[in-house]
Amino acid sequence: MSDDPSTFVLIALTVITAATPLVFAAMGELVTERSGVLNLGVEGMMLAGAVSSFLCVHLTGNAPLSLLVGTAAGIVMALLFGFLTLSLQASQVATGLALTIFGTGLSALVGQSLIGVAYEGLPKLSVPVLSDIPTLGPLLFQHDVLVYGSWLLVPAVAYFLNRTRGGLVLRAVGDSHDAAHALGYRVIRVRYLATLFGGACSGLAGAYLSMAYAPMWVENMSAGRGWIALALVVFAVWQPGWVLFGAYLFGGITILQLHGQGIGINVPSQLMSMLPYITTIVVLVLISLDQGRVRRNAPAAIGQAFHPTT
Amino acid sequence: MIHLQRRANPSKLMGYLAPVIALAMTLLAGFLLFALLGVPVGEAFRAYFIDPISDSYGLAELGVKAAPLIMIAAALSLGFRAGVWNIGAEGQLILGGICGGAVALYFYEVESAFVLPLMCLAGVIGGMAWAAIPALLRTTVNANEILTSLMLTYVASLLLSFLVHGPMRDPDGFNFPESRLFHDAATLPLVLPGTRLHIGAPIAIFIALAAWILLSRTLLGFALRVNGNAPRAARHTGFSQAKLVWFSLLFTGAVAGLAGLFEVAGPIGQLNPVISPGYGFTAIIVAFLGRLHPIGVIFAGLIMALSYLGGETAQITLNMPLAVTGVFQGMLLFFLLAADVLIHYRVVFGRERHYVR
Repeated sequence: MSDDPSTFVLIALTVITAATPLVFAAMGELVTERSGVLNLGVEGMMLAGAVSSFLCVHLTGNAPLSLLVGTAAGIVMALLFGFLTLSLQASQVATGLALTIFGTGLSALVGQSLIGVAYEGLPKLSVPVLSDIPTLGPLLFQHDVLVYGSWLLVPAVAYFLNRTRGGLVLRAVGDSHDAAHALGYRVIRVRYLATLFGGACSGLAGAYLSMAYAPMWVENMSAGRGWIALALVVFAVWQPGWVLFGAYLFGGITILQLHGQGIGINVPSQLMSMLPYITTIVVLVLISLDQGRVRRNAPAAIGQAFHPTT
Repeated sequence: MIHLQRRANPSKLMGYLAPVIALAMTLLAGFLLFALLGVPVGEAFRAYFIDPISDSYGLAELGVKAAPLIMIAAALSLGFRAGVWNIGAEGQLILGGICGGAVALYFYEVESAFVLPLMCLAGVIGGMAWAAIPALLRTTVNANEILTSLMLTYVASLLLSFLVHGPMRDPDGFNFPESRLFHDAATLPLVLPGTRLHIGAPIAIFIALAAWILLSRTLLGFALRVNGNAPRAARHTGFSQAKLVWFSLLFTGAVAGLAGLFEVAGPIGQLNPVISPGYGFTAIIVAFLGRLHPIGVIFAGLIMALSYLGGETAQITLNMPLAVTGVFQGMLLFFLLAADVLIHYRVVFGRERHYVR
């Protein structure tokens, strides 16, 4: 630990804010992928969530409502994806790309009037008494609602996937849709729900960016975080706990780039900004080295279309 | 109820009709979008689709915008057919621009006929080198090329930004993030004097034709097509999976790199922080709209180039945000993917019937 606890706490706090959107987006995509659906449109859904929640908070000033609106925007985008890939059997890869291109364009269009608008950011909810503990208090008990939410989301998803009947059905659908169908499970319905859950999480991740992380609207403000979240799911070999670890690792790297100059790393800012992207590649390579581990954990039916009469 | 019934054979007719349906639906949706935004619909459509190409200068501009789209999309089509998802063509384009531009700046004082060919070579090598990274990672450790090629696009654009803010900045440029303007010997010859239409346009058509011949008339093209449909069968064509991945990525990288060089040595004439309005991404849509067929890509490229031009015109005349172009492009791809369902399925009205097979 650092000699000066306040500096340590400050850096740790920025790591948490950088990691939170990644936790949401990656957890949502993890659930989607465990049901056998690969949605590459995370970036587009995040941007939709970011712009719509910011627009709402700008118009109404109502933060809880704005978070709901951001979530809803993610769900609507995911519904579009689900309709094309699940109901119309379109290619998941191509549709996901389309969702990202569409979300980028639409959010830029909607956000046109929001550039330069200020917002004070989501209020911090301090837990009484506990938040006064030195070091630990500010680290764990003085956050906005979404940070707490992200901490609850991981164990909740892990519990759902591994300990409940619903989770078992979802995994069955993701591993073998034909077998699940033969057992009488509604493959398409399960996949729709998992896809919508992913959309809701990505929408929240976007809302976090524009309402707490920045807080403002900038065109294309997710800056590849949706794609990093997709890589995180592979890094985590589809296990919720590892998503949390990976997101905080990436949060740390993002912060390194912000504080690099301060700690005395004298590298041009553009080169420092490459770090998260290069790290993503390195991490993908490292995880892919153990192909057996990836193959054992990857949902077996991922990316495959399902049509009951074939 | 409406439901989908699988056709015994894919419908050829629908394969050709789907892009037309998608275009019509996009126009319809655009109509609604303009109405929603409170823009006079007639004027907006004129600004988008008629004004930009109503004179010879506009037509030449269409060629300028279509050239990079057509050549990159033709190359992408080969890879997409083989199931190689290189979505980082934008990054490969940027690297081509950087490497070609570096040659132009290195030979800044030299006015010789060898400068431009050398720049083209550097552009091709730059694009290939950038595409080689996802190829290497996919073939050695099986890292997903979608994610690696996309991450490299962010790296490429940051690299370009770093170079024009630092080492490659114009020493007499008042600290603007731009390189020096290239000399005449380092800029592309024009096809139509008085316009910006450069030699890259005919070269783009040539590349599309070459890609068509490669795909339809060679064993390699056959192997690429088989690999997309039946990867195991493709091995028996004599090309391993790894070879096809390498070929798809290197070929697209080379073409995208050349397209990037064409941008900096053509319409732009220098290096600046943004050398492409997303041609590498739009080319993905062009490839699908063109049915992953190098000839279809020529028509699709012209249509998407019009969406860029129309976006610029509408921005000037109607004060419409440039982002509308992205919305149009995204919608077009959605409608196309939706219309494609008609190739393999028949839409049946009435109750679903199950037959004993």
